[in-house]
Amino acid sequence: MLDWIREPWPWWVSGILVGLIVPLMKVLAAKDFGISTSFQELGAVCSPGSRLEYFAKFDKRANLWTLVFVAGLAAGGWIASHWLSAQPIEFLPNSYQGTSGAIKLLVGGFLIGFGARYAGGCTSGHSITGIANLNMPSLIATICFFAGGLGVTWGLGNWLF
Amino acid sequence: MNKTPAISDAEWNSNQTDSAKQTSGRVSSVRYTTILLLGAYFGVVLSKAEAVCWQRIHDMFLLRDPHLYYVILTAIVVAMISLQLLKWFRVKTVDGSEITYKPKPYHKGVLIGGVLFGAGWAITGACPGPVYIQLGAGQWLAGVTLLGAFLGMYCYAILKSRLPH
Repeated sequence: MLDWIREPWPWWVSGILVGLIVPLMKVLAAKDFGISTSFQELGAVCSPGSRLEYFAKFDKRANLWTLVFVAGLAAGGWIASHWLSAQPIEFLPNSYQGTSGAIKLLVGGFLIGFGARYAGGCTSGHSITGIANLNMPSLIATICFFAGGLGVTWGLGNWLF
Repeated sequence: MNKTPAISDAEWNSNQTDSAKQTSGRVSSVRYTTILLLGAYFGVVLSKAEAVCWQRIHDMFLLRDPHLYYVILTAIVVAMISLQLLKWFRVKTVDGSEITYKPKPYHKGVLIGGVLFGAGWAITGACPGPVYIQLGAGQWLAGVTLLGAFLGMYCYAILKSRLPH
């Protein structure tokens, strides 16, 4: 009877549940939902006594929750793939197994980390929380996210993928 | 008239911070549990939305499959309406504070960083959330993405003062 839950969820179910994370985080945890600050927290925790202002002036205690949240994300990924999926979730294409794939992931990951922190947020903090709060820079950031993604896919797609 | 011994400002302040610390300490274990559970909720939802799959994201950027566009748009609308409702009904956060938002500022990094981030999203098939979700699900290759993201963040930390903002 609950078979549908183990299939991919339709866009409207997914969209509603994704959107609800913003009020849930705000009311139950008094936090503005956003994920890429966890990178900065990781950096600050891993380099205590760093003279880099980006880490030294960052409140590690007040942002510890970002690491707790991403630990939850990992747990959620485990739950979804082990208990809530009829077929295994295919995260990455087979072509990414191997050295060239690893290099792509390393370079792509670098762009994610650098870009998200330079832009001041990612798809969660800018595209969802920011736009939902009618924050104009977040809309501009989101347009740029899609410009970058569409540009790479259409411009370098034949060579990259 | 007032017989209570005078307390110096410094003492008063330290008493205040001590009690504030204790309260926040007591609240935080509950708070952290809540945040952990909300993280798990979001991990499940993004997985079931297939926003964690390279192919879905590739198809989104190829304009071959509208699924994720619909998901993102619905999410923004739902978040926007729920925030308005919370303000309308004057719902308070668990801290007892009003629903407020600290706006993220505009600067050149929003444009440059934004485009670079989008490129990384298309290449890895993951934004920051899905990186952690993929790792948790046992997709160990995502560890390479996370390592890259860490290096990228570190590089930004080093270059920050020299980049246009």
